[in-house]
Amino acid sequence: MATESTVVYLGEHTETWPPRELQRPSLGTFALVAVTLFTFAFLYVPIVVLVFFSFNSARSGAVWEQFSLRWYERVLSNPRILEAAMNSLIVALLATLGSVVIGTLMALAMERYRFRSQPLWDGLLYLPVIVPEIVMGISLLLFFAAVRLERGIVTLVISHIAFCMPFVYLTMRARLADFDRSLEEAAQDLGANEWVTFRRITLPLLMPGIISSALLAFTLSLDDFVISFFVTGVGSQTLPVYIWGQIRRGVTPEVNAISTLMLALSIILVLISQLLQRRQRV
Amino acid sequence: MSEFAVEMHNVTKVFGDVVAVDHVTMGIRQNEFFAMLGPSGCGKTTSLRLIAGFERPTTGEIFIDGKPVGNTPPFQRDVNTVFQSYALFPHMTVEQNVGFGLEMKGTPHAELKRRVMQALELVRLPHLATRYPHQMSGGQQQRVALARALVNRPKVLLLDEPLGALDAKLRKEMQLELKTLQREIGITFVFVTHDQEEALSMSDRIAVFSRGKVLQIGTPLEIYERPNCRFVADFIGETNFIEGTVSEVRNGFAVLQSNGRTFVGRAGENVQPGIPAVLSVRPEKVQLVEQPATSVNSYDVRVMSVAYVGSDTRVVVRLGEQDIDVWEQNSVSTLDPNYFFAPGETAWLTFPPENALILTD
Ligand SMILES: Nc1ncnc2c1ncn2[C@@H]1O[C@H](COP(=O)(O)OP(=O)(O)OP(=O)(O)O)[C@@H](O)[C@H]1O
Ligand SMILES: [Mg+2]
Repeated sequence: MATESTVVYLGEHTETWPPRELQRPSLGTFALVAVTLFTFAFLYVPIVVLVFFSFNSARSGAVWEQFSLRWYERVLSNPRILEAAMNSLIVALLATLGSVVIGTLMALAMERYRFRSQPLWDGLLYLPVIVPEIVMGISLLLFFAAVRLERGIVTLVISHIAFCMPFVYLTMRARLADFDRSLEEAAQDLGANEWVTFRRITLPLLMPGIISSALLAFTLSLDDFVISFFVTGVGSQTLPVYIWGQIRRGVTPEVNAISTLMLALSIILVLISQLLQRRQRV
Repeated sequence: MSEFAVEMHNVTKVFGDVVAVDHVTMGIRQNEFFAMLGPSGCGKTTSLRLIAGFERPTTGEIFIDGKPVGNTPPFQRDVNTVFQSYALFPHMTVEQNVGFGLEMKGTPHAELKRRVMQALELVRLPHLATRYPHQMSGGQQQRVALARALVNRPKVLLLDEPLGALDAKLRKEMQLELKTLQREIGITFVFVTHDQEEALSMSDRIAVFSRGKVLQIGTPLEIYERPNCRFVADFIGETNFIEGTVSEVRNGFAVLQSNGRTFVGRAGENVQPGIPAVLSVRPEKVQLVEQPATSVNSYDVRVMSVAYVGSDTRVVVRLGEQDIDVWEQNSVSTLDPNYFFAPGETAWLTFPPENALILTD
């Protein structure tokens, strides 16, 4: 009986495929499709235009002349751009290292040791994710002024660790929630002390999570503008801050080229991180 | 060498407001196959974790091979555990999993290799040495977990429902294998299960747990034939209970009055005249006859239902307001349906006093 009614039910469903709304499109459907298309256009057309014109040989951004890598050559031979890129890389590497180590250890501590006021502390660790960047930038600026720390690479690294760490923490907490602690117990049962257990069991099993959160932190740090703008010093400009400085003098095709390079790097990093996450789930 | 491989002296473990293990005292003998049996949540796993060192007793003391273990961490105890979930390291091959314990002890490479292969041969898996755990079936993983523990030659092997995840057929096979293995290598096995048949068929002795307490420790025969309280009689095997009041105790036997009927059975622990108690008699230890030979423990009953199940016939009879299960062994080969009692017929239910127990709660 049950099977019979299921069959009827499924039959009814197949009959309505494709959905009736699409067979006889109404005004409402048109509106929805239009909004969707417009949204995608809104999201991607500016980026596509930027990438497109980075390969344009013309100096003025508005008209297409011919394909050229001229602006890329210019970018790669400009010492000021290279210096800014170098700063960005150094800051991103150190911030990644710092935030991954601190974020992972924090996640381990919060996952393993339960105490009554924990939800509060947990919430406080999540909070920087929603604190407006400008608030964070200003407060860090004031803080560094108060402790008389001169703005430069050091303040950049500290600030970047501060805003990357919560993202690492969130990622690692999610990973640790799925972690089977009996594996650690099994290792101890077989004679491994706590440190060996961490090194041989916990760390290798958390590695995909660590790598994907490192890539996330690296991307966030590399792309950050608002916070960096407040805590950067003379001669320690990161690439986004440098670009902003250039743009005040008008958008040049050079800026298009740098932006395209940064976009490519970010996409690659995010893709790797996604791939790693997917692989671990299998 | 101490007589006991493991002893628990008055051990209690409290989690918040849950008493998981409640004043447990027991001695597990050297080379014994010892089962911890009880319903879910009765403290079996906690007891095992206390012995392994993953939990510390709230009060009481644990001894391994005669020495108090105190706060010795798990990695320094000479016991190994087979976890219910197997807990095989997913990033290591079978070989690496099995060799992990020896590696921790700093065993030289050649010897490590040899002993790993030996252990894998013991569980009949040498051909899978280079596989990863996720490439194996549940039964194979279970054997790897066993090999990983056995390769260290521990004094005591702790097994937490190691067959729980296997299907019925594989489970039967593994029960036999485990038992044979234990006899061959002569290691103390402490085996947690909530399957009473498994405990009865495999163990030298069984500890029956309920709500954190050990109710009875004994051989399978003792546990089945002489349960010391109502819970054990109920939990192990099938039984009929008749509630009443004890009127007399003499020469190890007691008399129970219930709804105007008199029952005689072996007197259990703490049975005294005047106290409420139950008569426990197993379905295969009662008989249905047309004419009783004696008036002791003989009652006229009405047959309610009859189920022929091949090896025996399961009859339900009504005694007063109560149903009693009777399992009659089909020891005669017959095709005559009139050989069996039929529903609606009257008969006499009878059993010798030695077959029944009078127990308190
Ligand atoms: N870490 C813990 N924190 C709090 N309570 C616990 C903890 N471990 C066990 N308990 C409680 O202690 C009691 C005994 O648990 P235990 O795991 O020993 O039962 P068990 O006999 O192994 O049951 P099962 O057959 O279901 O595995 C249960 O009530 C359980 O909820
Ligand atoms: Mg358990």
